[in-house]
Amino acid sequence: MRFAAPATVEEAVRLLGAEPGHAKVLAGGSDLIVQMKTGRVEPDLIVDIKRISAMRTITAEAGGFRIGACVPCLAMEENASLKATWPGLVEAARLIGSTQIQGRATLVGNLCNGSPAADGVPALVAANAKVRIVGAKGTREVDVLDVPTGPGKNSLARDEIVESIHLPARSAHSGDCYLRHTPRTEMDIAVVSAGVFVTVDGAGTITHARVSLGAVAPKVLLVEACSKAIVGTKLDAKALGALAAAASAACKPIDDKRGTVEYRTKVAGVLARRAAETAYARAKGAK
Amino acid sequence: MSNIHVTTTVNGDVMEFLCEPDESLMDALRDRLSLTGVKEGCGSGDCGACSVTVDGRLVCSCLVLAAEAEGCKITTVEGLAKGDKLHPLQQKFLEHAALQCGICTPGFLVASKALLDRNPNPTEHEIRYWLAGNLCRCTGYDKIVRAVVDAAAELRRTA
Amino acid sequence: MAQDAKFEAKGRKFDVVGSRPIRPDGIDKVTGRARFGADMTMPGQLYGKVLRSPHPHAMIKSIDVSAAEALPGVKAVITSKDLPDLSGGDQGMKDNLINTLARDRVLYDGHAVAAVAAISNSIALKALKLIKVTYEALPHVTDVDEAMKDGAPLVNGGAITSGMEPAPTKKSNIIARHQFGHGDIAKGFAEADIVVERSFTTEATHQGYIEPHACVASINADGFGDIWVSTQGHYNVRTTCSALLGLDSAKLRVTASEIGGGFGGKTVTNIEPLALALSRKSNRPVKMVMSREEVFRGTGPTASSSIWTKIGAKKDGRITAAHSIIKFQGGPFGGSLVDMGAMAAFACYDLPNVKTEGYDVLCNRPRLAAYRAPSAPMVTFATESVVQEICDRLGLDSASMRIMNAAKEGTKSSYGPTYGPIGIRATLEAAKNHPHYSAPIAPGKHRGRGMACGFWFNFGGNTSVSMGLNGDGTVALSYGNPDIGGTRASLSMMAAEELGIPYEKVRCVIADTATLGHNDITDGSRVTFAAGLATIEAARDAIKKMCARAAKTWGIAEDAVVWEKGHAKPAGSNAGKFEPLSLKQIVAASGNTGGPIAGHYEVFADGAGVSFGTHIADVEVDVETGKVTVLRYTVFQDAGKAIHPAYVEGQYQGGAAQGIGWALNEEYIYGKDGRLQNAGFLDYRIPVCSDLPMIEAVILEIPNPGHPYGVRGVGETPIVPPLGAMANAIAAATGVRMGSIPMSPPRLLKAIEEKA
Repeated sequence: MRFAAPATVEEAVRLLGAEPGHAKVLAGGSDLIVQMKTGRVEPDLIVDIKRISAMRTITAEAGGFRIGACVPCLAMEENASLKATWPGLVEAARLIGSTQIQGRATLVGNLCNGSPAADGVPALVAANAKVRIVGAKGTREVDVLDVPTGPGKNSLARDEIVESIHLPARSAHSGDCYLRHTPRTEMDIAVVSAGVFVTVDGAGTITHARVSLGAVAPKVLLVEACSKAIVGTKLDAKALGALAAAASAACKPIDDKRGTVEYRTKVAGVLARRAAETAYARAKGAK
Repeated sequence: MSNIHVTTTVNGDVMEFLCEPDESLMDALRDRLSLTGVKEGCGSGDCGACSVTVDGRLVCSCLVLAAEAEGCKITTVEGLAKGDKLHPLQQKFLEHAALQCGICTPGFLVASKALLDRNPNPTEHEIRYWLAGNLCRCTGYDKIVRAVVDAAAELRRTA
Repeated sequence: MAQDAKFEAKGRKFDVVGSRPIRPDGIDKVTGRARFGADMTMPGQLYGKVLRSPHPHAMIKSIDVSAAEALPGVKAVITSKDLPDLSGGDQGMKDNLINTLARDRVLYDGHAVAAVAAISNSIALKALKLIKVTYEALPHVTDVDEAMKDGAPLVNGGAITSGMEPAPTKKSNIIARHQFGHGDIAKGFAEADIVVERSFTTEATHQGYIEPHACVASINADGFGDIWVSTQGHYNVRTTCSALLGLDSAKLRVTASEIGGGFGGKTVTNIEPLALALSRKSNRPVKMVMSREEVFRGTGPTASSSIWTKIGAKKDGRITAAHSIIKFQGGPFGGSLVDMGAMAAFACYDLPNVKTEGYDVLCNRPRLAAYRAPSAPMVTFATESVVQEICDRLGLDSASMRIMNAAKEGTKSSYGPTYGPIGIRATLEAAKNHPHYSAPIAPGKHRGRGMACGFWFNFGGNTSVSMGLNGDGTVALSYGNPDIGGTRASLSMMAAEELGIPYEKVRCVIADTATLGHNDITDGSRVTFAAGLATIEAARDAIKKMCARAAKTWGIAEDAVVWEKGHAKPAGSNAGKFEPLSLKQIVAASGNTGGPIAGHYEVFADGAGVSFGTHIADVEVDVETGKVTVLRYTVFQDAGKAIHPAYVEGQYQGGAAQGIGWALNEEYIYGKDGRLQNAGFLDYRIPVCSDLPMIEAVILEIPNPGHPYGVRGVGETPIVPPLGAMANAIAAATGVRMGSIPMSPPRLLKAIEEKA
């Protein structure tokens, strides 16, 4: 195995494209290094992209934010503007592993790792974030939803790197929230999770909503039926009930050591409802 | 497999070592630099016993490649005391009996210091969540949390 | 043999005992200098790694190690052929041998099959992949109830059940049956106004020490060897390894490293014989460190259990009869410790009619190792759940009903012996009078409070202590038990107390097996009791010698000298005639009065006092997810005499935290394929810091008559009540009585929904 730490994204792309064996991109490493230790992946080349300075920053762009692929989760919380605008997303980033993990792990890594239970992804999906992918053939912009393709898989070509995530301009009177269920308070993998983004009008009626679910299907789901259940409502009990039912109905989970089909289906509805309540309160101005 | 030459600053001293490309920083610190205060509890980032700071960021050194440390500044538990003067966290851990077996202690100290560097007056809730990545199986955490609270107060007094 | 130490400190004012000095090993542990198992290196050492079975039960048809041996850098590969059977009919040693390295068959997922020593870890790991093992899968069973059924696959060939009258004619997985009790339960149940019977299950848990097993071993061609190891019992490592490898015990010196937690899991050998065998074969020192996955798959979990419990009581709450049938699996060799469970199940109560039956069952799981009060948490969960249900159904106060039934001095215990002075009633009364019991639970939805009691036997056993006195007035204290909870501090305190010198003047070390007489394992909460007793007696031995030297100096009779506050003083008719001589003066002059002065004591300490505790838990249940939050937790326990109260509190808090983890989320999860699915700290969920509240620790002191200062072991009892206390709190919060542990969110939510 060889290790490279290029200083530019072009060089990183060239290294990946030129590697005849198995190459892996190293950002925070909190998934990759564990996979290497357990023998699940045995790369011939590691390309550490953290020396690429442009990928280490959070910048304002087009009314939203561009988050570099190497920004550790903890640095998101340290950006006051990002935290105030996207509290749900920042909270999601602060749920990935421990403080130590958050000092290394990145949202892009969380996305590319392809875990259906990734904490960062439902919040990114709810936020309608896009990623910028750089490859030998050029640059493309893709919905976050289209990056993971199944457990442990993503849609990147072998010579492509996700350079950054873009969070769109957020309309006033919007709010987001991410909730997950884990048996412990921390240091755990989501058994079920839900991300919600809502926008309300002056009367408090929801005009726009995106609801995502994690760990209930091979990849994170964006559930249109959930949005429909709450758009046009003031999130009254009936709307919440419909939301929960739609969330549960969208689940196609598996039984595993972390939870049962029955449990995940039920709790998906509970979390979607609770996340919607918080997102709605935030949209209406609650801190 | 050819080894990689790494130059890094550890606890203020410039150090060099050779490592395998897939070697963890934890292994390099322990086996190449004899800093065995960095403990291995799991090797997968789930216990925090190998906590160090890299350029001021708290990390699990088992989930950092040694090769990544090129040019970085690393602090381990061995770097907390100044000469014979213990860091207030170390002193308070002793006074509060915040350790039993002691294997998790270096990680807790490094993680607690990273917290107090950021937040000199954390609440119990903030301490507990910040330290959730450090497992202790002996104490039930009670005396650890008390020691951190007390050390924070001591540091504020002397700041 | 019999030790004659007796409690004699009634009313004694202690100078050192009861204070909270900084532990002597403290600075090393906060600066990173303390050397644990993996922190030692030997010159020229190799790195050893173990190949483990992926099958729960299979015949080994062949093992081909040629490719591994041919890999450059590999210095030795061993299989069972390198460990010939020297057990000579000793079944325990034979089981140990088989567990160390599988012979004709593998018995559980994770069973060691071969081991490699190479010049680096990475080469050793590469070599493991080159070993070709051909298995022929056998049917397996991992569940205790399944294993007891007719037609279940026989594990390790099965056994004719011992303890059955008449003995069965057919082999089964039930290796032994145990029974305890007295009185007539049929009569007792007939007298009852209420009878409650319930079935319970508990999953296996792991001790979860943060330090993986580690050792460095070196053995020479002449049979002299050294091993540095993280263990709870280095004398046991010596005995076991010597026997397995055919070495003279005296030639093998075992040094205990600092130990990063054990809780019973490091009372047995695992990799140590392999490291020695690899060293013998390679003629190089060999270091072995387990991965966390290996720790879970290959070392000491607890039993999993299936328990049926029936209790009858009068309307006023007086228990008339209790009966429990307890089934434990503890791996493929037996030794599930179900006998201890059957003994402990009803030990808190004064029962006229009681019977417990225990079944020790074989399964394709790792060999059990003790875990803190082994067996008591599970049986106590069953007992305390049924006791509480009776309280609730009769509308009785939980503490008062338990006080009415509590065992006391003179009670014939449910497992046979008659109790001396004990603390169960005192802990219950302290709980009843504590604000945690009387204050209303903090307001909130679905909150509840539960209580439970617990018991542990405590042990004493073989103990040697040696004490060298130095001319500068300091004392070198040697004992032979790895320090897992602060015993260097507590023994130094007892030595200082008895000698009348400052705590700081004592340096306490853990001797290796070549420098001090035999010591039993650090287990059974025995060290502060037994090594403490031996330390006090060793100090008295030294004092006697010092008084003799003073007498010689003064030219008076030895019995005319007394020892007070660190000085020999003339007494009786000689009182005041001579200036008192300090320890320092006497030892400094010892070259002129007869030579060096040392104290020592060797004992089989058999006066360990039994221990009781009562816990109160407040919880909140999220009834939509099944998640439980612990709001408040208080431990009441009898310590006999708390030598270092901070470390006593630490034991109470740590044991409670482990019990809470067991109650809520910790479990071994096996797939249908018989493989362990959660061999890591991510999915084996021990409590993290944010999962717990502060844990209040209330120390009661009812002196143990078998110790000079009244010490009882305190380490194990705290893990006994939490399972029951948490179940009772959850029942109070939700109305749902859980029959299975852990009460994890999916299980609890299901139970809540089934009730609704």
